[in-house]
Amino acid sequence: MNTTRRGTLLGAGALLAAPAARAQTAAANTLRVIPQANLTSLDPVWTTAVVTRNHAFLVYDQICCVDGQGGIKPQMAEGWEIAPDQLSWTFTLREGLMFHDGERVLARDCVASINRWARRDPFMQVLQPNVAAIEVLDDRRFRFRLHRPTPMLAMALGQTPFPCFVMPERIAATDAFQQIRDAVGSGPFRFVREEWNPGQRALWVRNERYVPRNEPVDGLAGGRVPRIERVEWTILTDPATSANAMIQGEQDYWEYPLHDLLGLMRRNRNLVVEQRLQDGTYGVCRFNTLHPPFNNPAIRRAVAMAVDQRDYLRAVAGDDPAGWEVCEGVFTCGTPMANEEGSEILKVRSVERARAALREAGYAGERVVLLTPGDYPQINALGLVTADLMRRIGMNVEVVATDWGTLVQRRASREPVERGGWSVFHTTSAGLSLQQPVTHLFLRANGAQAWFGWPDEPEIERLRAEWVEKGADPAENRRIAAALNRRAMESMYYIPLGFYWQPSAWRRNLQGVFRAPATVFWNIRKA
Amino acid sequence: MWAYIVRRVLATIPVMAVVALFVFSLLYIAPGDPAAVIAGDQATPEDVERIRASLGLDRPYLVRFADWLWDILNGDLGTSIFTNLPVSTMIAQRIEPTLSLMVVTILLAVSIAVPMGVVAAWKQGTMADRAVMGFAVLGFSVPVFVVGYVLAYVFALELDWLPVQGYTPISQGFLPWIENLILPAIALGTVYIALIARITRATMLEVLSQDYIRTARAKGVGQRAILFLHALKNAAVPIVTVIGIGIALLIGGAVVTESVFAIPGLGRLTVDAILRRDYPVIQGVVLLFSFVYVLVNLVIDLLYTLFDPRIRY
Repeated sequence: MNTTRRGTLLGAGALLAAPAARAQTAAANTLRVIPQANLTSLDPVWTTAVVTRNHAFLVYDQICCVDGQGGIKPQMAEGWEIAPDQLSWTFTLREGLMFHDGERVLARDCVASINRWARRDPFMQVLQPNVAAIEVLDDRRFRFRLHRPTPMLAMALGQTPFPCFVMPERIAATDAFQQIRDAVGSGPFRFVREEWNPGQRALWVRNERYVPRNEPVDGLAGGRVPRIERVEWTILTDPATSANAMIQGEQDYWEYPLHDLLGLMRRNRNLVVEQRLQDGTYGVCRFNTLHPPFNNPAIRRAVAMAVDQRDYLRAVAGDDPAGWEVCEGVFTCGTPMANEEGSEILKVRSVERARAALREAGYAGERVVLLTPGDYPQINALGLVTADLMRRIGMNVEVVATDWGTLVQRRASREPVERGGWSVFHTTSAGLSLQQPVTHLFLRANGAQAWFGWPDEPEIERLRAEWVEKGADPAENRRIAAALNRRAMESMYYIPLGFYWQPSAWRRNLQGVFRAPATVFWNIRKA
Repeated sequence: MWAYIVRRVLATIPVMAVVALFVFSLLYIAPGDPAAVIAGDQATPEDVERIRASLGLDRPYLVRFADWLWDILNGDLGTSIFTNLPVSTMIAQRIEPTLSLMVVTILLAVSIAVPMGVVAAWKQGTMADRAVMGFAVLGFSVPVFVVGYVLAYVFALELDWLPVQGYTPISQGFLPWIENLILPAIALGTVYIALIARITRATMLEVLSQDYIRTARAKGVGQRAILFLHALKNAAVPIVTVIGIGIALLIGGAVVTESVFAIPGLGRLTVDAILRRDYPVIQGVVLLFSFVYVLVNLVIDLLYTLFDPRIRY
């Protein structure tokens, strides 16, 4: 029996503290989680916040999803049939699917949910011109009619970066740019809205009506069995307090422990510290290609010659080499598209050679405005390493330290630095989003339509379109991915900075914790 | 007296109006865009623009201000951009922890700091005086979060007497409620104790040197009666003033304390709202804090009449 002095004190005041004793009993059936961020929005279509996506995985279900190997598997769907001419896909729902409000999940709910999601998802928007219609056939079946074969349709529907969650039709009818108010889904847990206190806590309870697939869990696929009564998120913003709460057993699961505190957590016998997410977090140094000096590819390449990814990764994740890995290509390392075609420039790692290259490129001392977000420690660290590197190779760097809210506004400015613009900023992305050209945000190079920095590289866009067209041919895909990497390295409109692992920590009495592309809480129970 | 109270209450209206105008204008010109935060990395500039329009952030300054003011006058603080919850609901969810923390801190600080200051003045120049003044300097110098971490380490991690973090509403029992507040109140109260102790000492030293105190001593009045009945009552006006001013200090300190001890109060709500540019929430909370501060000053002015009958309104 684990008796503590605090327990004795509590016992002495039992009469005063009877409700607290009930709370302790409830804790045995509750998974107490410190999430990565505050849950501010409940709508996974309206916002791309990862914390909202994690909430959505508890509440909603997907038509199909990715398994542990990256394959697309049916989830709500019993399966789908593709017509011989590949111009129609018919999905059939499993029996017994119910929303939290007691209504049956019907094909029309799926169609409405797909339509709303497709208005915001960049992947589906690429495929949308191929779609002639999405039709409800009966309560359990719906059909995509296509103008041309679209082998990546299942991949788009089952993707994890921006998942297609199924909501009741009455909710999915909401405009994609308006936030929904009801979090009614058909997933393994039910959101308790009246207990939601944004910034403090959020609560989900087991969905008794949920019918999981009769298969073992495999990534996000397989049986999503809710094995615990309640999942309770407590928002703790201070990492030291979070670590103390884990050590004291006041919390069971910490999604993103600070790297500096991992050693402390690992030394505690009651805690497990392991990598749960399948992919690492990738660092990115993004140039503004519209204005000097980084409208000159030779200058961008000169900076890349000085980059040693290990410096960046140590600054973010510490000296333990198990905590990060060099990845000198644009695609997620260890996945089918990963390659280093043309990446030799990232292996130069020489300040002297970079300085010489900068001179040859014609750098004339133009001011470089580098934005860093003080409230994002990892991204801030990446920015400071680049600032140091640029100064060492002889650039005139001004570091603008700000917060993320200001940075995301300023990075949208296309003005030169004299009029409030910017030259460089950094960000991070889950490897999940960088596995394929179609979901790879930083690779887009369609000028004004591209991501911030607005590179204009028609060849990149041509290759990307070719990749989408030939989506079913793995050999062709790899060839195109190599060409994309080569061209991206020549233009160097962003510098890949490698990736670090973001482990999670949990109390040793938790069972059934598994690796997945996203943080999900089914299959987990307390011993 | 009642006429004075009514006058003062009415005077809060222009004060609040100026605060409202100031807060709204400041947020309008401050950099940052909630639409860009909501849209995330995947969004196109058109998406961001559509979200901005759906939130009404693309309307002119005067239109937005007039709408907001009209809503305020109708008792509506607006709706959070992010959570879609009414600002009044969000404030109501958070007010109890902050109020609890502040009340416990004030009670703790006054009950410790006033006797400390009295003793320091009474024993001027002795070890006791130096100890109190040393503590006061330390209390002013050490940041709230350092005191918080040290307390959490000693009393929660090492001794296991108190919880590391969290807040339990008083409706769930007095003991769990106070158990969660002891460490935060000490951390937040340290600087407050230092401030009140120093002012109490200085004021008491001045009062203790007055002729009427000497006369009281000559008449054989006991030391305790001299200190607490004669001297402290006459020293009360500046002490009460400092306690009032210190409430502003507490509001600032509560932001840090609530972060360190994970107390879901108004301080955290404010910081979160600022970082996300959740304008309606920032405006609502700042207005509330301003109102509380104006109210506290009014209460202090009225308290003067209790301690010094010569003061009349």
